[in-house]
Amino acid sequence: MPGRAKLVFQVAAVAVVALLVALLGWQVVNRNEGRGVADAVAAGRPVEAPAFELPLLDDSGTLSLVSLRGKAVVLNFWASWCEPCKEESPRLEAAWQRWRERGVVVVGIDAQDFRADARRFVERYRLTYPIVHDGDGSSLGRFGVTGFPETWFVDRQGRLVGERIQGPVSDEQLDENIALALGEK
Amino acid sequence: MIRGLVAALAAALLAVSAAAAGEESPTLAELEKEVICPTCHTTLALSTSPIAARMRAFITERIAAGDTKSEIKAKLVDEFGEGVLAAPPASGFNLLAWALPIGGALVALLAVGLLAGRWARSRPAAPASAGAGALDPELERRLDEELARFEA
Repeated sequence: MPGRAKLVFQVAAVAVVALLVALLGWQVVNRNEGRGVADAVAAGRPVEAPAFELPLLDDSGTLSLVSLRGKAVVLNFWASWCEPCKEESPRLEAAWQRWRERGVVVVGIDAQDFRADARRFVERYRLTYPIVHDGDGSSLGRFGVTGFPETWFVDRQGRLVGERIQGPVSDEQLDENIALALGEK
Repeated sequence: MIRGLVAALAAALLAVSAAAAGEESPTLAELEKEVICPTCHTTLALSTSPIAARMRAFITERIAAGDTKSEIKAKLVDEFGEGVLAAPPASGFNLLAWALPIGGALVALLAVGLLAGRWARSRPAAPASAGAGALDPELERRLDEELARFEA
């Protein structure tokens, strides 16, 4: 093989290996992003909530977390096929009614679900708080969500505060963490 | 030779017609192997999760409604994104997923061919003076001596 061709071949081989290493690194960083967020919340360190912009389930546009800056946000990850979600959804609706006048927004993130099923669920449980649809579950990894339902709290500055609640949330947990997100505790 | 060609042609026609039948009249069993459960990341055929059960019911409904395989897959992609397909579509960026392994295999074959050619050329040629099967004179002399001793 002539010297020049050999050099080109070697450079190409090194470039391919570098590209594969970069892809691996990107994958590792992205996979651990949600874990970092969950670890920070578990340690009681306020951390910026991962951003998202998702279509509203009622097809009325999109909702981004950034657009809610200045309000306390309850983020509830759910799906219509999740049995415990049926139990907790009336509690979320009640919390929304109880706190909305004080600058609190409950946001449901319906993930890995059929839209039609989710709409039937919303109708059945008479949910009036905003619900976005995340069909491919892209937001789950960013938060490190491992199952449904899961509830997070975001303060007025857009930071995750309080508890990360895995499983159905209680009225007490909602009130306590909402007060924390509002800066009242 | 002709029989072999006819058999190959018949097999190809059968494969094409089977694929066409699968496209027009898909079965749940086929689609279960081509669709991924979004929560457990295995094919539907291997998943027992609630969403997998719901997806199976959806596919059954769509088959009954007369949808083709592509239409059913498109509806699932619309709900769950492209990650729901076990094999990425061969278009756009996803084309890389098909092109890279094939390209890699071709490059590897080419490299093996080149190296084999180089190796064959670099082998020392047999001495020109020696004919095929000819023995070294010294060896021939020793062999004759041994044979003579053996016969004696």
